[in-house]
Amino acid sequence: MIKDKVRVKTFKIDDVAVTGRSDSTILEVAKEHGIHIPTLCYLEGLSCVGACRMCIVEIKGSSKLIPSCTAKIKEDMEVITNSSRLIKHRKMILSMIFAERTHTCSVCVSNGHCELQSQATDIGLEHSLVPYIHKGFDVDASHKEYVYDPNRCILCTRCVRVCSEVEGAHALDILGRGISAKIIHDMDEPWSTSESCTSCGKCVQVCPTGALFEKGASATEMVKKKSIVTNLIQARKNK
Amino acid sequence: MSKVRVATIWLDGCSGCHMSFLDMDERLIELAELIDVVYSPYVDAKEFPTNVDLTIVEGALSTDHDLKMIKKIRKNSKKILALGDCAITGNISALKNLFGTEAVLKKGYFDLVDFNESGEYPSKMVPKLLDKVIPLNEAVDIDFFVPGCPTPADAIYEVIKGILENREVDISKLTRFGK
Repeated sequence: MIKDKVRVKTFKIDDVAVTGRSDSTILEVAKEHGIHIPTLCYLEGLSCVGACRMCIVEIKGSSKLIPSCTAKIKEDMEVITNSSRLIKHRKMILSMIFAERTHTCSVCVSNGHCELQSQATDIGLEHSLVPYIHKGFDVDASHKEYVYDPNRCILCTRCVRVCSEVEGAHALDILGRGISAKIIHDMDEPWSTSESCTSCGKCVQVCPTGALFEKGASATEMVKKKSIVTNLIQARKNK
Repeated sequence: MSKVRVATIWLDGCSGCHMSFLDMDERLIELAELIDVVYSPYVDAKEFPTNVDLTIVEGALSTDHDLKMIKKIRKNSKKILALGDCAITGNISALKNLFGTEAVLKKGYFDLVDFNESGEYPSKMVPKLLDKVIPLNEAVDIDFFVPGCPTPADAIYEVIKGILENREVDISKLTRFGK
């Protein structure tokens, strides 16, 4: 198949005229121009899946809100990233993420270094707009170095993607649907018995919450180093 | 000028937020000029009074007594401030929800005890646990939310001053979940 030629497209984000490669996403162009759009499941270098919907934007002329991490740019489009309607929807999205599992920040190893917690602060969400569900999952602490607590998982799938796309092991995947969905190792086996896991720890470093953490680490020590992964991806691209 | 009638109450929490309240130190003297504490663990009022201007509630709703109290508070207060993560998210108290009330009672009154003469859960004198620990706003309307575990004294001071002066305070700069 012959690929379309990459061209430059011109459009507006928040009334600012911007240009980007025709194969770019709205989020990529916004980042290049220093325009902040909140994200959770997005991680530079990994594929974009639009799982969390935090990066939704408005397009003038359309009533739909679209995730900017997966939406490709179009000539002359006008994007709005920060309207009161978007803030209202982002607050509801965050509320639903908080309410679906049990994110007890005060007893979390990621307290103070959690992207979900930071998003709530940034957007001014001081309470959940929907009732808490508190669905209980068993914690997998079988691995000698790492722990997976599905109760703190936001199903962003960064761990699944980094394992598949960067480490190349694809030891992780998602089992189930909706509220019952959880990250599994191999065929839903204990982490310690996973034959495909290389124990590289990339999944732990890119996890935005305390769902994946190093065993024995304290809240001050468990600062995720997701830049290691993005630097690695960049270094491979430059080869 | 008459003083603002303020009540504080400690439901299912650790009292850390009330400790933070005391951590306002000398600013308490400044607040004492403006408010009357009409009901609180700090004072000896037995009955929750009527006509309260602001009630500051620490803790989640875990028992039928908590539920009865929050409804009474709502009825008798012009404004309610949910103070701390327990009041807003359920926090530690709500971790019980992962296992259920029955499992917690069994662990507390059977599994971890040397003896239990009656062979039953206590049913007199102690309030009945709800099926699920819930934050305040799942039972009644709440006017102000100030998260934190515990909420820092600076945040409590700024918010109370803001309420007294009828101005909005951006609490995200002062506190957050888990702080």
